[in-house]
Amino acid sequence: MMQKYQYAIPAGLIALLGLWVAYVSYTQSPAAAFAFPRLVSAVFVVLAIWTFVKAIREGGEQDGGFTRAELFKIVPGMIVSAIYVFWGAKFFGFYTGTTITFFILLSLYDPADHRLAKSWVKRVIITAGFMAVMYCLFALILNVYTPREIWS
Amino acid sequence: MEFLYYFDEVFTLWAFSMLLLGTVFGLILGATPGLSPTMAVALAIPFTFKMEPAHGLILLGALYSSTVAGGAVSAILLKIPGAPANIATTLDGHAMAKDGDGKRALQLSFLASLFGGVSGVLLLIFATPILAKWALVFGPSESFWIAILGVTIIGTLGSTSVIKGLLAGCIGLWISTIGFDDILGTQRFIFHSSLAGGINIIPALIGLFAIPQVIAMFAKGRSHEDMEVLEIKPHPLRKAIREVASRTRALGIGTAVGSIIGLIPGVGGQIAGLVAYDQTRNFSPERAKFGTGHPEGIIAAESANNAMVGPSLVPLLTLSIPGSPTAAVLLGGLIIHGIFPGPNIFREYPQVVWPFINSMLIGQVLMCVFGLMIAGAAAHVARVPRSVMAAVVLALAVFGSYSVQLSMDDVFVMLILGTGMYFLERYGYSAAPLVLGLILGPIAEGNFVEGAMIAAAQNGIGPYFFTGSLNLTLIAIVVGSIAYSVWLELKNRQERAA
Repeated sequence: MMQKYQYAIPAGLIALLGLWVAYVSYTQSPAAAFAFPRLVSAVFVVLAIWTFVKAIREGGEQDGGFTRAELFKIVPGMIVSAIYVFWGAKFFGFYTGTTITFFILLSLYDPADHRLAKSWVKRVIITAGFMAVMYCLFALILNVYTPREIWS
Repeated sequence: MEFLYYFDEVFTLWAFSMLLLGTVFGLILGATPGLSPTMAVALAIPFTFKMEPAHGLILLGALYSSTVAGGAVSAILLKIPGAPANIATTLDGHAMAKDGDGKRALQLSFLASLFGGVSGVLLLIFATPILAKWALVFGPSESFWIAILGVTIIGTLGSTSVIKGLLAGCIGLWISTIGFDDILGTQRFIFHSSLAGGINIIPALIGLFAIPQVIAMFAKGRSHEDMEVLEIKPHPLRKAIREVASRTRALGIGTAVGSIIGLIPGVGGQIAGLVAYDQTRNFSPERAKFGTGHPEGIIAAESANNAMVGPSLVPLLTLSIPGSPTAAVLLGGLIIHGIFPGPNIFREYPQVVWPFINSMLIGQVLMCVFGLMIAGAAAHVARVPRSVMAAVVLALAVFGSYSVQLSMDDVFVMLILGTGMYFLERYGYSAAPLVLGLILGPIAEGNFVEGAMIAAAQNGIGPYFFTGSLNLTLIAIVVGSIAYSVWLELKNRQERAA
């Protein structure tokens, strides 16, 4: 059942997006500013509805999709990435936020045995080395100003 | 022979440094499984902002060429193609490496890449000005259809599903309209204040190409990759040179197939290697040996995927239609440096375009030299753990997106688009047509609006956009490419069902 609906859900969401784009394009003014979006949205809606109908009819026969196990592997990494981008980078400052995120991601997905002290030392060294390169590249060479909140 | 006047530009300190940097990093990135040429070029664009346009493009061009060649390293040693273009290389390359001949396979691969790459760039040098002169007759209506052709051709020929390819193109075209309208200044689709300035191309490119690969690495979890440890025996270079020179059939077929496929907009390098491999096997008296470590398999595949690189820039530079997804990202790189590809490109920006093309010629030689130098140590490069790669790419994507306008909004857009693209990719949608829609959207809209104004003063929109031999030819190609792809999809479905 889940297999069948997992194809219809993204197709349905895209169809809804297409309908919204078409609605906005055809109801907003001045018409001249929306001439090109109207053209695009007409094709968008037709293709999106076609895909949605096809997804409902063919259901689980299509290729791709997700397994529950894959989703469980993705979720921790995505949560860490989202916290980093939407909050951590600004709150801690770019370099501190990136260091913490880099180390967490490395620890989450490193296949090495976490009970070994050696594996933790290795991860600390990789993180420190990478951050030194990033600091040289962006702060010293490219002079990119980044937020340094907790250090400012 | 105008290109000869700009040859010395490649040998200035900065230009040559960028060429060296792009070549070495390209080989390393290409050799790393999971880092595609498209993603490497997208991640590198922010670093080119403060550079002279010519230097920035030289860096991007060198990265493009050498990541394709470097992808052979992991294809041969790990049986994991560094890029989709190297799929065919795994067939004989890995079989040879398993027999202890990994170094020989890498030497054959880099030498064949050199031959194919140089031939492809020569085609770029001689074919581009001819096509550019021909394209000078294009007005707004033809330019509009060209932009639409770019989106449809990559959406149909470059995708597994025609409808999903076209739909992704439409999403890209729509995203390109977000922000203020250029002519009337009207707000369009601004549902959050961070979208007021529209979607910046670079964070979007980084998100669409880099973030899906980061999440794909997350999806593999903490499992060990099945990486065999292969013994790499020494192999004299002169023997490899003699071997490549004696395999003229494989070199010829690979180079010809790669060049032709590169010229066809949207098809890209993925199929160049596979088609060349297949054709070389068909013409070989030793076809039964293919797949067991036959040198012709490696030579054909690698000469083809590097011969494709130069010609894929011919439609890009003259018509704004990229020949491959990586060329689409390069188009973004050109635009952010204020260079708008088109028929006038050689008249308006010769000081940028010719050094860029010339550098790709020199870059092929550098790529081969450095590739042969790292051949022995290549196994270490190809073994960078996935957990490290995921974290490195995420951090580079965040810093790269932020540095474009020093705006966190760009970083948010990058992550949201990238995450969305990962889920779309899992359901059969491809990033390339979406990116093409995003890049070509403003060109299509600009020409559409200009054409509509001219049409209003003449006979109306219908006759203006739908009459004239050039308009009708372009419309026929758009319809033809869609019809051909639908036929191909139906045929594949029938074959699968049978």
